Amino acid sequence: MSERFAAAARLLPDYLGQHVLLSAAALSLGFLISLPLVVAASRNARIRWPVLGFASIVQTVPSLALLALFYPLLLAISTGWKQLFGHGFSALGFLPSLLALTLYSMLPILRNGVTGLTNVDPAVIEAARGVGMTNRQRLLRIELPLAAPVLMAGVRTAAVWVIGGATLSTPVGQTSLGNYIFAGLQVEDWVSVLFGCLAAVALALIADQLLGLIEVGVATRRPRIAWAGLAILAAGVGAAGAGSLAAGGPPAYVVGAKNFAEQYILADVMTDRIRKQGSAATARIDLGSVIAFRALASNGIDAYVDYSGTVWSTVMNRHDSLPRQEMLQVMKTELRKTHGVVLLGALGFENAYALAMRRDRAESLGIHTIADLSQHAPELRIGGDFEFFARAEWRALRDKYGLRFREQRQFQPTFLYKAVASNEVDVISAASSDGRIRAYDLVVLEDPKQVIPPYDAIVLLSPARASDPVLQRALGPLVGAIPIDVMRQANYMVDRDTQRISPTQAARWLEQQIHLQ
Amino acid sequence: MIAFEGVSKSFDEGRDFAVRDVSFSVAPQAFVALVGDSGSGKTTLLKMINRLIEPDQGTVSVAGESVQSMVGYSLRRRIGYVFQGIGLFPHMSVAENIGITPQLLGWHQQQIDARTQELIDLVDLPRTYLSRMPAELSGGQRQRIGVARALAARPQIMLMDEPFGALDPVTRDTLGSEYRRLHETMGLTTVMVTHDVMEAVLLGDRIIVVRGGEIVADGAPHELFNAHPDAGVRALMDMPRRQAERVRILLQERASRE
Repeated sequence: MSERFAAAARLLPDYLGQHVLLSAAALSLGFLISLPLVVAASRNARIRWPVLGFASIVQTVPSLALLALFYPLLLAISTGWKQLFGHGFSALGFLPSLLALTLYSMLPILRNGVTGLTNVDPAVIEAARGVGMTNRQRLLRIELPLAAPVLMAGVRTAAVWVIGGATLSTPVGQTSLGNYIFAGLQVEDWVSVLFGCLAAVALALIADQLLGLIEVGVATRRPRIAWAGLAILAAGVGAAGAGSLAAGGPPAYVVGAKNFAEQYILADVMTDRIRKQGSAATARIDLGSVIAFRALASNGIDAYVDYSGTVWSTVMNRHDSLPRQEMLQVMKTELRKTHGVVLLGALGFENAYALAMRRDRAESLGIHTIADLSQHAPELRIGGDFEFFARAEWRALRDKYGLRFREQRQFQPTFLYKAVASNEVDVISAASSDGRIRAYDLVVLEDPKQVIPPYDAIVLLSPARASDPVLQRALGPLVGAIPIDVMRQANYMVDRDTQRISPTQAARWLEQQIHLQ
Repeated sequence: MIAFEGVSKSFDEGRDFAVRDVSFSVAPQAFVALVGDSGSGKTTLLKMINRLIEPDQGTVSVAGESVQSMVGYSLRRRIGYVFQGIGLFPHMSVAENIGITPQLLGWHQQQIDARTQELIDLVDLPRTYLSRMPAELSGGQRQRIGVARALAARPQIMLMDEPFGALDPVTRDTLGSEYRRLHETMGLTTVMVTHDVMEAVLLGDRIIVVRGGEIVADGAPHELFNAHPDAGVRALMDMPRRQAERVRILLQERASRE
């Protein structure tokens, strides 16, 4: 417990620093964009409705979806930019997070600002005109000061929303306090989840109080209080930024990872190998499956491990099945040609999508293969991870075997295994290298029609690192070096309920097992 | 000093006229009361003088110059404006409120300070009030500050829209007569809008009765007390006469009892 707490605390300067910088940037940008809109909307009723309406609609989009939407948008812009100016920018990480959170921060500022400005006593407005103020003087000397307390209350609300929302920027590759939460959720490290939540809550409370100080200063016309609040706030942001810089600085190599234990372990092995070559390296974890490949193709990350079947269907859009070696060969050529991505090699184990059931349940129904399953499917419930039902493999399985289930539910991977173990669902989408298959005594159903393509774990390198000597030296020795039982055991040590170890510890154990220096 | 020539104004694109083809002029140092019911157009007339409202047709001129040719805010800095809502700036002290127009005109702070002290004396409030905020004042005190603010930049013209309408009768009467004295001593030209004919009779040297956007009577109070051809005007002027009559009788009764 205390050891895991200490491990979480070590990451705090980096996570908190990046979280603070992102939130502060989004809130400032949101404020700067909103202010002229507030003035325009309060002056002109015709644009008031569209402005507030747009902000309200943005607010109804779940913040995670908003963050996710900015990624493809920026990627498209970046691609166009690259064609025009020769170099693109990273569509991953800071930029999409900043834009989404900026949009998110605007509604309370707009709404409160417009309310504040339109509610200024009409007699005061008339007097301001009567004494001979210009429109600008009236705005700056009368309307804005009088609306300021209401406006500041909106800024406070926006700050709390942004700090909360920033935890969701982890899946688009931005380090934040959300890293504690997402990583902790994947490996059931509740200390980490709680640590992240508490840190975000504390940060939101502190920011709210400091902005409250500014609000009080503004409302009671005591500028010294407002300036004091602003100064402390600025000092805090500066300190957090400095802490974040001291924690790292820009790393030379970025290794990507999707959102499950195996990926964390492999990313840790890879960064460790790169560091042993004398180069700085960091991991960007919890990337969505397709996002990871896109990030690699656009040089947002330098390397990551994917699975041949996934790339085959989701990236290359192929739905036929080829023998393993042939598929890898085709893939290697195709990826290089169409995306500039290098397939360094297969690690030696497979992590295939498979359908799994509790052993006792499968035996009592006499189910051994997916073909057997199709007989019973109408009475059974199936659970899948967030991607599974949207994937081509599932459509192929469903159509080739004629699977029609009574109910179809989605779970976060950790809860998926618990759901089948507790009979909440009867069948789940499982990963063949997952240690929990053994832990929960599940059986993997055979695929006699070979609908599911091979899922060899493969190391992919970004176009910019295609022939990078450091990566070749660091990652080359991993090719063909990791057997399935070692991977499954390592995964299990991270995922099991008791005596759990961290992905980093599992990575060291794995390195020992395969005799890597 | 002020002249209207064929001025019309409609707020609904010509279906109804708030002011219809009005012409009159105001001599320097006159005290003119514009009297009429609500909706008669009297406030519209007043606000066209300092361009808070723009006429559709005709010309309004001040000191021989069309107001249309002047920059609105510079015009308003030259003309005092007092209205029923007062509209003191709640986030500024009394001194800042009074000194706002001189400040907009770029006076030096010392001049502004001297002028605010002069004005707080003039409207008969203690100088300690200068550091107070408007919320700390009574209604009558606020309107005194409103008058002081309007006078701050030494305007020659004062426009007043029901200035004392929201005050209790005693305060109203006091402020009215005090303002009348200021008008005399400072040589101001005042146009005051009121629906209260008694106030018009007591303060104005000239009464203009407005109805339906047109002038129906215009003259010194004593002239309007003579039988007027317009029945409305007769009814309007009959009221102060009856009130005065009743008060005279009551006073006589008291005198005879003593």
